[in-house]
Amino acid sequence: MARGKFRFRFTGKKMLPYLLVSPYLLFVIVFVLFPVFFCFFLTFNKWNIISPMHFIGLRNYSRLWHDRLFWKAIGNTLKFLLLHIPLQIVASLSLAALLNRKIRGLSFFRVSFFIPVIVSGVVVTILWQQMLGYDAGLLNRLLGKLGIRQIGWLVNPDLAIYSIAVMATWKNMGLYVILFLIGLQTVPTQYYEAAKLEGATRWQQFYHITLPMINPTIFMVVILSTIGGFSLFIEPYIMTGGGPLNQTLSAVLYIYKQAFQYYNMGYSATLGFFYALMIMTVVLLQKKLIEKEN
Amino acid sequence: MKSTKILIGRIFLYGALIIAAISFLYPFVWMIGASFAPTHEVGKMTLWPMHPGWQNFVSLVNKIPIGRSLVNSLAIAIVTTSLVLVTGSTTGYALAKMRFKGRQIIFYVIVFTMSLPFQITLIPNYITMVNLRLVDSFFALVIPFAVSAFAILMFRQAFQGLPQALIDAARMDGCNEWTIIFRILWPNIKPTLVTVAILTFIGSWNEVLWPLIVIRNEKLMTMPQLVTLFAVGGRADSQLGVKIAAAVLLALPVMIAFLFFQRHFIQSMASTGLKD
Repeated sequence: MARGKFRFRFTGKKMLPYLLVSPYLLFVIVFVLFPVFFCFFLTFNKWNIISPMHFIGLRNYSRLWHDRLFWKAIGNTLKFLLLHIPLQIVASLSLAALLNRKIRGLSFFRVSFFIPVIVSGVVVTILWQQMLGYDAGLLNRLLGKLGIRQIGWLVNPDLAIYSIAVMATWKNMGLYVILFLIGLQTVPTQYYEAAKLEGATRWQQFYHITLPMINPTIFMVVILSTIGGFSLFIEPYIMTGGGPLNQTLSAVLYIYKQAFQYYNMGYSATLGFFYALMIMTVVLLQKKLIEKEN
Repeated sequence: MKSTKILIGRIFLYGALIIAAISFLYPFVWMIGASFAPTHEVGKMTLWPMHPGWQNFVSLVNKIPIGRSLVNSLAIAIVTTSLVLVTGSTTGYALAKMRFKGRQIIFYVIVFTMSLPFQITLIPNYITMVNLRLVDSFFALVIPFAVSAFAILMFRQAFQGLPQALIDAARMDGCNEWTIIFRILWPNIKPTLVTVAILTFIGSWNEVLWPLIVIRNEKLMTMPQLVTLFAVGGRADSQLGVKIAAAVLLALPVMIAFLFFQRHFIQSMASTGLKD
């Protein structure tokens, strides 16, 4: 007993914490800090990974500035978010409000809403491809039976990105329903009782009591959906390959293509660097706005 | 009068919930039915084919090494999860229960790196893999995910909640720090272990962009990667049933795990608000 203590004090004690955190330190240097600097360094070079690197100054940046396809990809991502975020909030909150009543089978509903959350995006995308197909898609057939003409969910250039946004909303909804449900359960019931005595309508109760109380959850959903939307990749990769007319090309898909189809390592690093800064700025602005409103 | 109003309200409530549940479940049930359907029946909306059979799965197994990719994915997810649990608890323990120079800085670095978008490190990390000659090896799929800032923060928080007396008593008994972490403290933070394990496993299992980048050899591919390349590669174009069979096999392991541990899954994800 005493020997263990002795050894502990005189050999390892000072170094031990560093030994314990060393895997993390090694990891963060190799896979986070070095890559950030290396990425910045690459932005000034032209490199196809095989032949030697070639310093080109700011040419990658001017190319980015004039790259219509990249800005189109950013625009597509923004269109995606414009539908995805409000739809996610309204739909998840409505379902959570329904689940918040005294109901039977709560766990059945929770489980069924949650399945798309845990299943791979690859599965969800393959499934929705069958739902949204033009000629043989299940949705168009259903519409056909109701006498409505086929809709080009994925082939109509103006529609495709919104179809993908609906799919992404569907996939993540189960998680946000649970988050909203937790939020709704924190609202004390006395508030509603007091409001009822004062003669407040359902809508007034929702607007003046529920909404302010679940504000933190709403902002969490906004930030998580924003980050998710900016990472959009596998859905267009499988479903549309970025088409039609590049209308579903996401920024990550474009970076991937520049790097691994055309082997423009310097340029794709520039795109990644710029895009990451953009994401951090947007998320930071959202957080500032939240702090201000609270 | 009032009771009929309540009744109508109930019908509306359950009606809406059941429609929602169907909209989430129907595609998956349809998918399982379609995977057993012969070619001419796949596009039907019915839930179960008239002439079910295994032919889609048979031709899938003949076309791509799907069984092998299942083993690959399982092995990678298990090894990654174990490493994240170990590295997460040692680092989290040091940050929570030890005083040393640089502790605060390391904590801030962890918090900062968590908010760093992956798009910035994607290309350089691929180049690192090329230079370390790890492309087309399992190491490329495990090492970049073997340490997780999120796991470290979870463990740090869990260990902070444990009394110092527990550690002091173990030291008095002559335990070294490894025994303290894995034998004495781990049994006391089971919820955190479960949460980190589930989220890491699901994240590893569902990861597809990184394998697409670092693995080119079909024999080493993970399951989502192989299914993705099969779905977009044109090899499945003529046979929709085979593609859907691939999706079923990819979905099944996670769905089975979910049905057994659904409470843990939902609690883990809801408590952290993370998807992957």
